[in-house]
Amino acid sequence: MNRAAFRRVWGIIYRHLALYRRSWPRVLELMYWPVLQMVVWGFVTSYLAGVQGNTASVAAGVLLGGVLLWEVALRSQMGFSLSFLEEIWSRNLGHVFVSPLRPRELVAALMGMSIIRVLVGVLPAMLLAWLLYSFGILTMGPVVVGFFAALLVMGWAVALGVTALILRYGAGAEALAWSILFGLTPFSAVFYPVAILPGWLQPVALALPSAHVFEGMRAALRDGTVETGHLLAAFALDALWLALMGYVFLRQFESARVRGALLNIGE
Amino acid sequence: METPAILAEALSKRYAPDAPPAVDALSFSMPRGATWGLLGGNGAGKTTTIAMLLGLLVPSGGRISVLGHDMARDRFSALARMNFSSPYIALPARLSVAENLRVYAHLYDVPEAERRIGELAAQLQLTGLLDRPAGELSAGQKTRVALAKSLVNRPELLLLDEPTASLDPDTGDWVRSWLERYRTETGCSILLASHNMAEVERLCGHVLMLKQGRVVDSGSPAELLGKYGREDLEQVFLDIARGRQRVPA
Repeated sequence: MNRAAFRRVWGIIYRHLALYRRSWPRVLELMYWPVLQMVVWGFVTSYLAGVQGNTASVAAGVLLGGVLLWEVALRSQMGFSLSFLEEIWSRNLGHVFVSPLRPRELVAALMGMSIIRVLVGVLPAMLLAWLLYSFGILTMGPVVVGFFAALLVMGWAVALGVTALILRYGAGAEALAWSILFGLTPFSAVFYPVAILPGWLQPVALALPSAHVFEGMRAALRDGTVETGHLLAAFALDALWLALMGYVFLRQFESARVRGALLNIGE
Repeated sequence: METPAILAEALSKRYAPDAPPAVDALSFSMPRGATWGLLGGNGAGKTTTIAMLLGLLVPSGGRISVLGHDMARDRFSALARMNFSSPYIALPARLSVAENLRVYAHLYDVPEAERRIGELAAQLQLTGLLDRPAGELSAGQKTRVALAKSLVNRPELLLLDEPTASLDPDTGDWVRSWLERYRTETGCSILLASHNMAEVERLCGHVLMLKQGRVVDSGSPAELLGKYGREDLEQVFLDIARGRQRVPA
């Protein structure tokens, strides 16, 4: 990527940062759900730990770790998809697409916004988990960075699919930006092992990077071990899904240019 | 020989295989430094033509070259050297005027962006508005901001879609005068689509009259007036739109 390409990517990121600078409700919204989730699940685990008479319960850590890490995937996907939707809502896409910005640069900018939104959304929840419930996700060690990265990339892959659907079906597909990843929660084995799922569902779960991340997280919290196999599987699946969804996105973008959908995508 | 600003060869667009063509076998060559007008009623193919010239829409057939770049293979090189303004595409309303212009300065890799923004603000009387959110501006102010956005990269080709739509006569006249001066000073090529016949007559050296996606007539405003024996382009437009025979001079 040359300097001009970096500037174009920065142009889109700057546009969104300027929007957040002028709209505190948007900034608050970034933190609202992760913090709320942490508070609710934190009290649930405190209650369960009390019932078990074991305040340092591994189960409590597994639940809180699941909440925090799943928020990374959710915020990553929403950070990408909603930044794209902001362009539609502001009826600005026409200007963006007649500039020299390449589709891959738009994707890079949306990924950049996704990282920023994840950090702003998840860091306060992590801090809260530590302050209120003495749960430090970083106690898992450096492997947590791998878990973060794998879920971040999975969020991008899902977001590319959502954005492709928006290009195909217009803003009518916008509800998917809010809901699609919630639909993957049961298969992602966020709060329970993959082995709990019925046999026929397990291959579905293992085709998702998230299931491998959470299997790895449980091993790290339970035994203090790093399950490299799960981490590598997560990254391999990330690469596969990202390539596939990137292809679908680019195909839909070109199809939108043929159908004239870029002229009235807000409708 | 200098390549034309726009070269369209047998350009066509069908939105569906069984739909009538929105643009049908459109061919023209617009020289550098010229100001041309696209005239036609609703559904004549003006917006579709402009969208194809901008690379927003892929033609069903034919070929477009903009500033020597084939739009099918090398559209981003052309897009960096051209720009576009339309009152129907908004700029982010919550961003200030300066922030909006800064975004596009980045997208077009404009050197010394702040200086360029200051220049445009001074020229288009936007200096006092730079910190105002774009959504809070009047229609006339928004038009001037949209013009500033379209000039931020010093385009060699400017595509304007109804540049004075919804403006009061005074503001519309100010914009037209400004465009005339800008063209003279920079040699920028301008293609504008408009329903305002007086505007086209004043700004354009050549006019393409479109009907059902085809060029049904073309020439300078004076040539068209002579050909149809009319006093103004509006009457010529009505003759063509209603399929009336031209009146011999």
